[in-house]
Amino acid sequence: MEFTFSLGVGVLTTAGIYLMLRAQTFPVILGLTLLSYAVNLFLFASGRLTVNGAAIVGQSQHYADPLPQALVLTAIVIGFAMTAFVLILSLRARADLGNDQVDGRELPPERSAMEEALAGKIEKNSAAQKKNKRNRN
Amino acid sequence: MLQHLPVLPLLIPLLAGTLLLMPPLANTLPRQRWAGTLFALLQLAAAVALLLQVHQHGSLMYAMGEWRPPFGIVLVADRLSTMMCVLTAFLLLCVQLYSSANEDQKGKFLHPLLMFQALGIQGAFLTGDIFNLFVFFEVLLIASYALLIHGGGAQKTLANVHYVILNLAGSALFLFALGIMYGTFGTLNMADMQQRAAQIDANDVQLAKAGAMLLLVVFGLKSAMMPLHFWLPRAYAAAPAPVAALFAIMTKVGIYSLWRVHGTIFGDSAGELANIAQPWLWPLAWLTLVLGIIATLASKTLRELVANLVIVSIGSLLLMVALNTREATAGALYYLVHSTLATALMFLLAGLVVQQRGKAEDRFVQSRPVAQPALLGGLFFLGALALIGMPPISGFIGKALMLKAALTSHQILWIWPPILVGSLAALIMLSRAGGTLFWRTRGENTDPARAHPAQLVAVVLLMLSLPLMVVLAGTITEFTQLAAEEMRMEVKSGA
Repeated sequence: MEFTFSLGVGVLTTAGIYLMLRAQTFPVILGLTLLSYAVNLFLFASGRLTVNGAAIVGQSQHYADPLPQALVLTAIVIGFAMTAFVLILSLRARADLGNDQVDGRELPPERSAMEEALAGKIEKNSAAQKKNKRNRN
Repeated sequence: MLQHLPVLPLLIPLLAGTLLLMPPLANTLPRQRWAGTLFALLQLAAAVALLLQVHQHGSLMYAMGEWRPPFGIVLVADRLSTMMCVLTAFLLLCVQLYSSANEDQKGKFLHPLLMFQALGIQGAFLTGDIFNLFVFFEVLLIASYALLIHGGGAQKTLANVHYVILNLAGSALFLFALGIMYGTFGTLNMADMQQRAAQIDANDVQLAKAGAMLLLVVFGLKSAMMPLHFWLPRAYAAAPAPVAALFAIMTKVGIYSLWRVHGTIFGDSAGELANIAQPWLWPLAWLTLVLGIIATLASKTLRELVANLVIVSIGSLLLMVALNTREATAGALYYLVHSTLATALMFLLAGLVVQQRGKAEDRFVQSRPVAQPALLGGLFFLGALALIGMPPISGFIGKALMLKAALTSHQILWIWPPILVGSLAALIMLSRAGGTLFWRTRGENTDPARAHPAQLVAVVLLMLSLPLMVVLAGTITEFTQLAAEEMRMEVKSGA
């Protein structure tokens, strides 16, 4: 069980960090969310994993540590609020800055070789047309 | 009443913020202004009362809801934390006054947010439980997220996106660290942790070290330590003037936490974990200072310049945290109070300059003169003297105390040159800034806008506090010495 649990935390953290390093706000927020899931699980495990134990001291010999559960609860609530805030903020940034890049700068659109050639041709054509017009005048 | 004194700095802003959102006060700015100022005064009174109480009778422990540790969560008021509370409350009062002039018309909820921000900051100073430290960090952060974007605009939004994402990542790391701490120490009470640090199971020591280093990253992000400081200049330069002034204390929350956690819990008595952050702190603090100095020299606007000077002051403070002797902490505490007040003053002044200079704002370019050149120029001159650290204003004493603390240590060559060069850079840039803003002018200022009396009162209050720190230097240094000693000896006692 310990191995599965730690594997879960590890995979969530890795995915979260990978997504957080992306340049657009939406993947970054997803990354933050995954990271906060990982954190919650990790906190939960900090009181050691107990199977079939109530989180009440004194009820039986075998009990789970109640404190990490309280901590996780707090962390989840705070995480919710923060995620909601960052979502609204990124929508606002999308509106204010005109794009969804984290640093607010639009990347130059990538053009394929075909498009490049076409664009070049169109520009040439329009330049030629202008020349023709001028010559006629 | 008296035994409930330690909780008042939390209760007052909490209730004040809530009341300001409720009908008789909500949506009527004049009432909000008066009520906000009244609440801020009340808070200052409570903080000062607490300070006097603690100074006379020693530190106080307050168990919330009478739940004793280890089950309950405690507040601990000692000299260091109450001193920071008084500083916060005073700053809040000035900021509240300043924003009552016209800043609060640019967006909603400025006054309640200021209260919640103060709640988070004072909570972080007063708590004796490291998980509660996290909770109060989040309180102050979410208030600061909203404050930073107050008034709106592309600049603020962009700065805020970076600030929020970075801090959310920081919070996640903080929680990881807390999980490790609980798993290895078995407690989250700071006093308890300090006592148990030396007896950690040998198998867990490496884990505990990893947790301690994670905490260093988190507090480094809060205090703008070297590789984690790039968010600061943009955020502080974009923030509205009163918000930037209140933020002047936020980086100090990080420094405070470093003292509490790496100076005390992982301090000299921590066995294998003793002084674990020291080898990292030295180069990082030094590089923070150096990069701060370079950035200072490259600043293009007054707000950016002051923001970079914040980094320089953080670098100096971090050096003192790394040195971690009683004199160093005492000197750093004096300097911390001074630099918070001085940078807040400069941010407010920059706000006035922006207001009066039209389109040129506070950029270092030729433009029309400000409407009140003599007044603003004079205040700027005094504020600049304070930031540079020239006598007769308090910056000189602060820097002298820090340099003196380094005199007997082996690291003097690490400490003296960057601090002194930092002062030189501040001198060069602030003279350039003042010369450009107030003397390189053309045309006339026909705009009738003058500084609002409330703004002037706020600025003058901050200005007066600096010479007051010189007049009371003896008392204050005695107090900071005691605070430093107390912090190193004991303990946020709770058990």
